[in-house]
Amino acid sequence: MGVTLLWLSLIVLIPLAAVFLKTAELTPERFLAIITSRRVWHALELSFGLSLAAAAVNVVFGSLVVWALVRYEFPGRRLLDAMVDIPFALPTAVAGIALTNLYAENGWIGGLLAPLGIKVAFTPLGIFVALVFIGLPFVVRTVQPVLENLEAELEEVAASLGAGRLMVIRRVIFPTVMPALLTGFALAFARAVGEYGSVIFIAGNLPNVSEIAPLLIVIRLEEFRYADATAIAAVMLVASFILLFAINGLQRWSERRTGQLT
Amino acid sequence: MSLFSLAYAAMALRSTPVGSAAVPAAAHTANPRADHPAARRAVIAVAALFLGLFIVLPLVNVFVQAFSKGFEAYLTAISQPDARAAIYLTLLVAAISVAANLVFGLVAAWAITKFEFPGKGLLITLIDLPFSVSPVIAGLVFVLLFGLQGYFGPWLQAHDIKIIFALPGIVLATIFVTFPFVARELIPFMQEQGTDEELAALSLGASGLRTFMRVTLPNIKWALLYGVLLCNARAMGEFGAVSVVSGHIRGETNTMPLHIEILYNEYQFMASFAVASLLALLALVTLVAKVALERRTGRE
Repeated sequence: MGVTLLWLSLIVLIPLAAVFLKTAELTPERFLAIITSRRVWHALELSFGLSLAAAAVNVVFGSLVVWALVRYEFPGRRLLDAMVDIPFALPTAVAGIALTNLYAENGWIGGLLAPLGIKVAFTPLGIFVALVFIGLPFVVRTVQPVLENLEAELEEVAASLGAGRLMVIRRVIFPTVMPALLTGFALAFARAVGEYGSVIFIAGNLPNVSEIAPLLIVIRLEEFRYADATAIAAVMLVASFILLFAINGLQRWSERRTGQLT
Repeated sequence: MSLFSLAYAAMALRSTPVGSAAVPAAAHTANPRADHPAARRAVIAVAALFLGLFIVLPLVNVFVQAFSKGFEAYLTAISQPDARAAIYLTLLVAAISVAANLVFGLVAAWAITKFEFPGKGLLITLIDLPFSVSPVIAGLVFVLLFGLQGYFGPWLQAHDIKIIFALPGIVLATIFVTFPFVARELIPFMQEQGTDEELAALSLGASGLRTFMRVTLPNIKWALLYGVLLCNARAMGEFGAVSVVSGHIRGETNTMPLHIEILYNEYQFMASFAVASLLALLALVTLVAKVALERRTGRE
């Protein structure tokens, strides 16, 4: 117990406290000036905005993937199931160069999109693609067990009472998996906001256009502008804490909800 | 609302006499959970297409690019001195970090599942904290502490100890980002097992250590192995946190992911993908092991 707390403090808590300690050295005016400067503000907007969009896309397609994996039997299902974890296991730098290569104008996918006038690599759209890639397993692996444990009787009862398939999905299945969907969304969002490795290769990293907040932290550090780097980090850390507690709350809610039904 | 209407529906069903004509049987023949075949095909197609396009194609691309100039060029690329130094450093960092997190994960899971104390929920949340912190920030915190302008910087310099831009910094950042993996796998597993077997062993006179080695460890070995695998995959592949603290000194403080970045930025695409293919292979091995372990624990 003591060892756990000591090690946790040494590796995680004290280092994170250093960010706030360092930020506290700034006057509030200076802190605000850093955060609201055009380049920093744009980077934060971009990181949070694209992460929201990517998490939303993952909720939609992740749900479809979960439905296919849980409800249907088809050749290659187990393989598909295993592949969902690839973004978890593949190092971010590897994912980054692979996605960039695919979506560059001479790449397999980028080459198909270029004649249509769609540029993905080295634009914000490229960042979005990378964030969808890394976020998908969070949604699938959160929703999957809940849908698996959903009792067949509920649907059968609803159907036998005359509810159509769409109505059953909307009124019986959706409310049950909703907390899990939200948890998956929050997890994918939290991961996407902080993501660095898979994004920086494909982003193009133009200030005020396609520069994400984590990259700006690195740039400021390399310029030895520690105060700026730390101020951006503090904003992102606060967001992480809020998300973490939201996720915990959602998980408890999800357990209560599914617990009631089983 | 829906729960209420369901309870109502269940009640209504129970009050209906068996065999009554109230159920429109014709509309729902064999299985009311079966979707329309067209919907079924569409969902499978979209799911497979999405996974194929977004997940599988990038992975395939790594190997195609790595071997784009033939097998010999591939071997040359991964056996260059800088690449070999990066591979060695990555293995070293992963070994130290995984060992540290293995010990911590065991101790933490033990403390959390076998004892009752206030603030347990908070402790579990705090162990998860590194998951939701940007890897870049994980690197930044150690620069703030041990960098030249950091809180301990002057003292470290006076004593000629290098942490940032050296091995200790890389190891610290890696331990930070892989912190939750082992504990997270163990905690739910050990919670399920409870403390009965340990109490039985202790009451029969076994010492604490003996109880742990002979009772607890055999019970949790698969969950532990799974946690270690995931921890190792992340440790070897970590990029953002390590990038901040490494200093990118070629042949000295470059891990494999950092080496991939340097090669890529120097337009040595094939060499970059060759090193990347080694990490991609590690990811595939980890996934296969995961599936195998899941099947094994599923059977037991």
